[in-house]
Amino acid sequence: MDAIILQILNGLDKGSAYALIALGLTLIFGTLGVVNFAHGALFMIGAFCAVTLSNVFQISRTVIDETRTDFLGNPLKVEIPYVVDWFGESAGAAIIDWAVPLAILFAIPIMITVGFIMERGLIKHFYKRPHADQILVTFGLAIVLQEVIKYFYGANPIPTPAPEAFRGSFDFGTMLGFEANQILYPYWRLVYFFFAAIIIAGVFAFLQFTTFGMVVRAGMADRETVGLLGIDIDRRFTIMFGLAAAVAGLAGVMYVPISPPNYHMGMDFLVLSFVVVVVGGMGSLPGAVLAGFLLGILESFASMREVIAFIPGINQVIIYLVAVVILLTLPRGLMGRKGVMED
Amino acid sequence: MTNKNVTRRGVIRTGAATGAGLALPTIFTGAAWSQGFTNEPTGDTVTLGFNVPQTGPYADEGADELRAFQLAVEHLNGEGDGGMLQTFSEKNLDGTGILGKRVEFVTGDTQTKSDAARASARSMIEKDGAVMISGGSSSGVAVAVQALCQEAGIIFMAGLTHSNDTTGKDRKANGFRHFFNSYMSGAALAPILAAQYGDNRKAYHLTADYNWGYTTEEAVRSSTEALGWETVAAVKTPLTQTDFSSYIAPVLGSGADVLVLNHYGGNMVNSLTNAVQFGLRQQEANGMPFEIVVPLYSELMARGAGENIAGILGSQNWDWKLENQLGAKYSGTNAFVQSFGEKYGFPPSQAAHTCYVQTLLYADAVTRAGSFQPCAVVEALEGFEFDGLGNGPTLYRAEDHQCFKDVVVVRGKENPENEFDLVEIVEVTPVEQVTYAPDHPQFAGGALGTCNNGA
Repeated sequence: MDAIILQILNGLDKGSAYALIALGLTLIFGTLGVVNFAHGALFMIGAFCAVTLSNVFQISRTVIDETRTDFLGNPLKVEIPYVVDWFGESAGAAIIDWAVPLAILFAIPIMITVGFIMERGLIKHFYKRPHADQILVTFGLAIVLQEVIKYFYGANPIPTPAPEAFRGSFDFGTMLGFEANQILYPYWRLVYFFFAAIIIAGVFAFLQFTTFGMVVRAGMADRETVGLLGIDIDRRFTIMFGLAAAVAGLAGVMYVPISPPNYHMGMDFLVLSFVVVVVGGMGSLPGAVLAGFLLGILESFASMREVIAFIPGINQVIIYLVAVVILLTLPRGLMGRKGVMED
Repeated sequence: MTNKNVTRRGVIRTGAATGAGLALPTIFTGAAWSQGFTNEPTGDTVTLGFNVPQTGPYADEGADELRAFQLAVEHLNGEGDGGMLQTFSEKNLDGTGILGKRVEFVTGDTQTKSDAARASARSMIEKDGAVMISGGSSSGVAVAVQALCQEAGIIFMAGLTHSNDTTGKDRKANGFRHFFNSYMSGAALAPILAAQYGDNRKAYHLTADYNWGYTTEEAVRSSTEALGWETVAAVKTPLTQTDFSSYIAPVLGSGADVLVLNHYGGNMVNSLTNAVQFGLRQQEANGMPFEIVVPLYSELMARGAGENIAGILGSQNWDWKLENQLGAKYSGTNAFVQSFGEKYGFPPSQAAHTCYVQTLLYADAVTRAGSFQPCAVVEALEGFEFDGLGNGPTLYRAEDHQCFKDVVVVRGKENPENEFDLVEIVEVTPVEQVTYAPDHPQFAGGALGTCNNGA
């Protein structure tokens, strides 16, 4: 029983990331009809926003410490961050420590801008082209973006830890009456899950309860009629692209303490997120979220030693296997809308 | 005027035949084979081929290897401060290139993919006339390129490759490895693990699902089990895995009190980060503190893992602090660190060290042999004993072309003073303790065969 609870918990944070990326993918597909293979790169850029802010906070002045030497025997150069100079020892250290949560504020305008530039500069030229062309151009863009990141940040993962207050793990087991240390769950993963839940709820509320959201939903259902009513639906869809980019970026920002970011992390998530979108049902936002969590949890279960011993290699194919079964029984996915990608 | 004999099918057939002819590797048809040996240098220069990952997940490691190769070439050509040429026990290299020929080099990108690595090595051999290939930071790549060099009649001086198979079941007469291997890591680590953590531990292995992972798990398991440890479970993890939480979460409930991460590169950075996040290092199991072991890690990986590496035991082929901390036995270390540090501003990694040393060893072997002919070089390197290249007295064993030298056991530093001061040397395991018979079961199933001059 404890193993089952453990794997459900494990699936939640991975599922949260899948759900957030898939949500953005579905938003873009539902509004603009574009299959955006560069969406993983947006997740990665978000993660590097956190790395950048952390680096900015650590910009330092160099002081020569004559009492110590470096690896070549020269006097040691000691770096003192400017934030420590400006805000004092403890406040400066706290700012550096809280770089990742603070990066949320830093990432939102950047991601929206990146989204606008991507959409206006490149993707809008491909609206009327076949999906294959869209996939090729966005995939190419993803490769360019990850090479740009690699050029500036290198190929190695960059450790960017969570604030001290959120390190360590929480003993769920004792809360549920199990022995101590049986069900541990890191605090930051819990934070990530709740963060994802808030973002998802926020996006749904925005679409459901605002006039802007209502127009977008109307546009998703019947773009032509909304246009005939004199509403500039294209502009709204561009804003939705920016919003989807911000959602992916925020998912990336908060993910860095879970897994040190590298330039390739977007690609690692992209393919699975597409499977999530297809399983959830093309164009269905609740479907994307549901499938994200479902596949995240299934992936965790398939990684259990007992399961691998029973069916070797199942951990590597489970998501695709489930996707095949779901698509055979429900060709539109779990919550797919009629008519999407069926013309 | 029309030619009625030209048909669509005929054009396609002719095109296909021409294409196939053009695609046939010139290595088997061209001038390369018509000489005394493949790519015999005839002018006043000699070209070496450095095949390193310049893109892909090990690109930073490849960049460090390339820096070391450039430094070695400079020193061979008499530029810079000479580095390890001053400390090398053999005094044949005098800064006038190799056999009086100025050393030039070409580079290839392995992308850490066997097929890409073979393609770039082939290109350097066929198009650039490289007489020796070196580099790489993956055992899969090393085994693939070594086999290619054997077929082509080129010497392969392996870079960073740690799998037993490179000088075990996949060994080749034209291939030589300076880097240590999985068996040596296990043999060096096990006594220290038993001494530091006790001889009644229960280990849980997470193993990267490929060649290097298997040999490392096997080596560490057999070495630790011989000292009384029990292996509770060994789980293979996909090489593409980025989040290891679902593999790590059940470890504490399994009855294990040690987690062994047979992971390298990004895999290791992620799995160790996840293990620390799950609080494993703060826990107790079976009445003892829970421990994590990483059999092989590099400084670059330690940098990626950040503070999570603190206190983690592992093994290395070499460390830039060796001579300062353990004395003149490891001479050459400081000379290399000085040259490298002055030129690039930071200390070299173990990948850089092995690549630099391999280049000097090749140049020296050619000089002693008096020829670039591969079989003459093989003869000069087989059974060659040397010193002054940073690892202490070292033997290139004739039976398997594996270097035998001391192994460094390291631990992630608790309070590093700077970004280069990430690991501390715990102990240096003497070479006798890591030496094995050429027909040891972990290395069985291969044969060197005969050297190939390519002519």
